Amino acid sequence: MIFELPLLILLLTTAAGALVVKDLVSAVFILGSYSFALSLVWALVGAVDVAFVEAVVGAGLGTVFFLLALFRTGEKDTRIHRVPVPRIALLGLPMLALLMLYGAGDLPVFNDPQAPAASHVSPVYLENSLEETKTPNVVTAILMDYRALDTLVETIVIFTAGIACALLLRGRGK
Amino acid sequence: MIHAHDSVIVRTLGRILIPVAQLYGCYVIVFGQYGPGGGFVGGVVLAASMILAILIFGQDADDSWLARVALHGDGLGLLIFAGVGGLCLIGGGQFLNYAHLQVPGLDEPARRSLGILATQIGVALDVAVTGISISISLSSEDEDEDEDDSDGEVSHA
Repeated sequence: MIFELPLLILLLTTAAGALVVKDLVSAVFILGSYSFALSLVWALVGAVDVAFVEAVVGAGLGTVFFLLALFRTGEKDTRIHRVPVPRIALLGLPMLALLMLYGAGDLPVFNDPQAPAASHVSPVYLENSLEETKTPNVVTAILMDYRALDTLVETIVIFTAGIACALLLRGRGK
Repeated sequence: MIHAHDSVIVRTLGRILIPVAQLYGCYVIVFGQYGPGGGFVGGVVLAASMILAILIFGQDADDSWLARVALHGDGLGLLIFAGVGGLCLIGGGQFLNYAHLQVPGLDEPARRSLGILATQIGVALDVAVTGISISISLSSEDEDEDEDDSDGEVSHA
């Protein structure tokens, strides 16, 4: 509770700041700090692997890619032209948020062992992964062994992204 | 095309920081079975250190054979991952069932552990090279502008 409230305020401030700031370079940097605050949240709830990925990809590599893309664009493209917010969005979005908060009341309590996500297949992984794979980190054992096919297709997706960027952006004939 | 940075401070800091970041990336890849981390994160750390090196020392700082071939490494990483799966098929099991890797002298859990390590190296190679390749793609200039510039110089001369 000591850390949760400051982290929530930090997240909301950085998220709003990335939206309202004047030029895109500042927005990219604020988005990076938002990712870093979000990684602190993941670490706080015990998802250390996710926190690691969020810090490295969101705050590190993503910021670099955004900046490299911005440096290719001209001065006039990085200025943001804001359109006035339509009245139906001002009315509708808070109602949508209220609906989601109402739905969040039915979610299982954090750390609940009877929750559907914690009662179906994850006990099997938690009990058997150390004997079956000699891997103390359960997350790695699930990602790389039990769900290796998913990870393989994920890797193919990253590979495809690299090839698509090279085909689209590099000059022809190089 | 990224050109070399000419500030002494940036170059010196890069010389110190880049090896540390690369060592940390390798540590994260290998230690991923025992703590937080793994192939994906370690690959991204390696990619970030190499992007830093490219931004500081320029894209054409190293014209050796390895630097020219290194950008094909994403295919090699994918080949390692899928190849381990294929070896499991050859060993008589299902695709990516590491217990059927035919390594003499290892029991079943040790084979699975070895398979996890090998596939993590594959993922790390793929992710690292893809990160470097995307950043080079993003910073490449259009062919037309170069031609226009050279034409302009010739006509001016």
